[in-house]
Amino acid sequence: MMSYSKRDEDSGRIGYQHYFDKTTILQEARVFNESPINARKCRALLTKILYLISQGETFGTTEATELFFSVTKLFQSKDSALRQMVYLVIKELSTVAEDVIMVTSSLMKDMQPTSEVMYRANAIRVLRKITDASMLQGLERFLKAAIVDKNAKVSSAALVSSYHLYGIAREVVKRWANEAQEAINAKPQSAVSAATSYVSSFGNVPATYTAVSNSNIVQYHALGLLYAIRQKDRMAVSKLVQNYAAKSGMSGSVLRSPFAQCLLVRYACKVMEEDPSSTRAVYDLLEGWLRHKSEMVNLEAAKAICEIKDATVKELFPAVTTLQNFLSSGKPSIKFAAIRALNKLAMTQPAAVAPCNIDMENMITDQNRSISTFAITTLLKTGNEASVERLMKQISGFMSEITDESKVLVVEAVGSLCIKFPAKHHVMLSFLSGALRDDGGYDFKRAVVEAIFNFVKYIPESKEAALSHLCEIIEDCEYSKLSVKILHLLGVEGPKCPQPTKYIRYIYNRVILENAVVRGAAVSALAKFGVNVEDEAVKKSVKVLLSRCLDDADDEVRDRATMYLNVIKSGDEQGYVRDDSTYALAYLERQLLNYVSNPELADTPFDLSAVPKISRQDEQERGAQDLGITQSLGARTSTPPQSGSASNGSGARPAVSTTPSLDQQAAYAQQLAEIREFASFGPLFKSTAKPVELTESETEYVVSCVKHVFAHHVVFQFNIKNTLNDSVLEDVNVLMTPDNDEVSLVERVLIPAPQLVYDVPGVAYVAYERTVLEEYPECTFTNELKFIVKDCDPQTGEPDEEGFEDDYQVEEVSLAIADFVLPSYIPSFTRAWEELGQDFEVVETLALTTSPGLQEACRDLIALLGMQALDNTGTVQGSNVHTMTLSGIFIGGIRVLARCRMTYDSATGVTLQLAIRSASEEVSLVMIGAIA
Amino acid sequence: MGSIFSRILGRLWGDKEVRILILGLDGAGKTTILYRLQVGEVVTTIPTIGFNVETVQYKNIKFQVWDLGGQTSIRPYWRCYYANTDAVIYVVDSVDRDRVSTAKEELMAMLEEDELKDASLLVFANKQDMQGAMSAAEVSDALGLSTLMNRQWSIYKTSAVKGEGLTEGLDWLINIMQK
Repeated sequence: MMSYSKRDEDSGRIGYQHYFDKTTILQEARVFNESPINARKCRALLTKILYLISQGETFGTTEATELFFSVTKLFQSKDSALRQMVYLVIKELSTVAEDVIMVTSSLMKDMQPTSEVMYRANAIRVLRKITDASMLQGLERFLKAAIVDKNAKVSSAALVSSYHLYGIAREVVKRWANEAQEAINAKPQSAVSAATSYVSSFGNVPATYTAVSNSNIVQYHALGLLYAIRQKDRMAVSKLVQNYAAKSGMSGSVLRSPFAQCLLVRYACKVMEEDPSSTRAVYDLLEGWLRHKSEMVNLEAAKAICEIKDATVKELFPAVTTLQNFLSSGKPSIKFAAIRALNKLAMTQPAAVAPCNIDMENMITDQNRSISTFAITTLLKTGNEASVERLMKQISGFMSEITDESKVLVVEAVGSLCIKFPAKHHVMLSFLSGALRDDGGYDFKRAVVEAIFNFVKYIPESKEAALSHLCEIIEDCEYSKLSVKILHLLGVEGPKCPQPTKYIRYIYNRVILENAVVRGAAVSALAKFGVNVEDEAVKKSVKVLLSRCLDDADDEVRDRATMYLNVIKSGDEQGYVRDDSTYALAYLERQLLNYVSNPELADTPFDLSAVPKISRQDEQERGAQDLGITQSLGARTSTPPQSGSASNGSGARPAVSTTPSLDQQAAYAQQLAEIREFASFGPLFKSTAKPVELTESETEYVVSCVKHVFAHHVVFQFNIKNTLNDSVLEDVNVLMTPDNDEVSLVERVLIPAPQLVYDVPGVAYVAYERTVLEEYPECTFTNELKFIVKDCDPQTGEPDEEGFEDDYQVEEVSLAIADFVLPSYIPSFTRAWEELGQDFEVVETLALTTSPGLQEACRDLIALLGMQALDNTGTVQGSNVHTMTLSGIFIGGIRVLARCRMTYDSATGVTLQLAIRSASEEVSLVMIGAIA
Repeated sequence: MGSIFSRILGRLWGDKEVRILILGLDGAGKTTILYRLQVGEVVTTIPTIGFNVETVQYKNIKFQVWDLGGQTSIRPYWRCYYANTDAVIYVVDSVDRDRVSTAKEELMAMLEEDELKDASLLVFANKQDMQGAMSAAEVSDALGLSTLMNRQWSIYKTSAVKGEGLTEGLDWLINIMQK
């Protein structure tokens, strides 16, 4: 490498420039083998090695191992400054070099109480990097002693090491809980403790000076370890919090370290999360901590209170007051933390934050741009309509000075503001379009576009203005992805506007000027105008434009143009353009993958009818969930007038949305595909959405079952968890006995769970083949676990040699018709119903004695038939009469529709007329059979 | 020429340390010997995983003594520490007749190494305090020491726990090094 600075060897300062590289260092490493050792030279070289590693240089295994062994020779030196570097370098090399256990004995000697503190603490930290679970037994005694050592450095080192070791040797480290507790409770050392500094001078004189150590950091480390050990045990965690929280109330609180106190705040929140009934008690604790003497603890407690779900403004008040006080703090970091917490709170509870408005106004001009950005975006959420304009003006003033990340924050705030103050939409829109002219990356531009989309969606009066802004954007947009998005929206919204022709011009410009991806999107958008605009003149001109695209250089663009021209000519009978449904994409992807990877299927076309459909609305909602869109979006969907379903409350949701279960199924399919025995079963048709619990949750063994239906096979997946820490189960089989001997199912594969150790779930499978394909067996199985139990030491988890056979009865599982039906969305029930015709219609009238009301009847029918309720008919609107329409795909890809007409009479209960139509008489009969 | 003189003199009288390796099978008593030499006491030891290194002062000479672990898994790493070695102390458990042949194999393999061709060999037939211990001659025969060519070697019967024979061995070392 080039030498940029004069080599300055004698100064002894660590100010190396790039005048060395790995090769020279490896050569120079010979100095470690010299005798006697030149401590100064060696230490300088070790520093260089660390420097290289910190710069991202990597060593190969051989290089690192050789280097490691050279470095071990330095243990002969008594120079503590050198030893310090040796420890650090070994820590770095330990992940790459082999045989690093060679320093075990040396480190164990260094960590003995007779050694210097610097040696001891560092040796412990290095030891944990080079050791493994098998050697830990031998170290246990020493580590336990080190945890309770009266020197804070040693104790901290041991605690932190234990914390890391917990990951590799849970059972061993668990036994150190008492020591960790003792470390927390230990009396503070005298404030001044002699300690070798971590940074000693470069010379040979060991620089020892007294360092003030009153941070009590040991408590922080010890509490962290205690929690790690107990986190699986809810009761123990709650006790831990209670224990230390109670004592902290008094003047002589046990937790002197504010860091430890902050940890305690977090653990208290965990307790609350897991046990909602404790909310009250935890809230009182948090409120108390708002008055703690450390700002750090106050902040943490205030943040925790702000994050309590459904907290009332009154409950939030003390936290907000605390944060408000911090807003005028002299420390920028405190200010920043407070405004950030308030900003987050303002998303859900703007009213609670409003009292801070005046303080935040003062922060708009803060030197620190991060603080001022947060102040403004918070104000936008909490402020009133009158202040919007002024704030927008102020923010435009420094948009160019802040980072993209902050810009996105601002834009998102403005985007959600539009819902709140629709009257101000022109100010906000012009702000957004102005923002677009600024420089910025894709994320920023996307945020702006999404914000403008919000205007289109939720503020009808701003729609035209917003659309024209979007038109302007695509005129000069460097990101094809964004252009495509906008073109799609123009296609959807444009035709509904009074002057659709305006947009056609913009769209067609894209066809002339852009790359193929954008051209394709533009053609699709044009087609939507051709189909959806009633004006014949418009239709005609769209046709002209599309026919010009027939000469496009790109195949896809030409194909689209050809197709859409035909669609427009035929008036879109099949609903190619008007269709508002989409395939369940995860499911479709999986089926396509299966099709491509399976050579036998190459001769047959892909069966698209077997793929379930979902509505676009579902897809969008799911997309919103995936992106983790802020609550502000969620709050917004409940306000707009047109969405009737959401306002009906939670009852309607499960019936409408099937998509999450389809995603879950994709995950199952992947798991099953990895099992050789099931390879021949073909693609997975359906998995039960939610595992059926076969035991209570507090029993010795917790078992749940998932059913997977394949074309000819049914696989039962049993998830089993052993909750006894003193036993290990081996070879766990599930014995399934059908209640009906006549049933056309033959057991084919039995895969036991090889071993179940405490608290680690395992899986056993039983697979049946349907021997008569025309039969869809309904059957109930009794299930019994058969296994070998081995007792084991709850501490070490070591099982005994000898085990004994045992069995365990769990609850029944049944196979029903619903398991052979996949819920599927269709855009228009009436049309599909007419298309199927009456050829294979089966109608039956039934009295539903088990359902007390119409809503319950709907729920039961959906469960029994396994189909998808359409057009919100899953939710009962009237009181006496209701019609529910259902759609699904029967195994083998046969579409099934059901119409359930129900009447309710308090005397006779629910009467149902169920009509089923499908493409096969047999299927219709089977489906009726599921109810009758 | 001057530099050669100063090196020889330094070796005899200067503060140049004599580098010594203590090797041998596991449980032979290497670590006990090391600390007996260093602090003059019997310390309780655990199997050495890796090595111990100490400076031992004896008769105005500084020995830098490396005690390497004797477990099968650690023996392959002995060779990493052969360079610049002045002498090897090979410790044999005189009671363990079953493994004396293994001890011989390890010894011979070690002496083959180029880096040790100038190192003197001092064998300690350790654990003489125990019943049924082989005599020095027996151990010498079992190790095949008489077949060694071009090597300064000697064998002493020792008991690390009683502290017998160790200083005699060191005296021999000092003696041949000064020659």
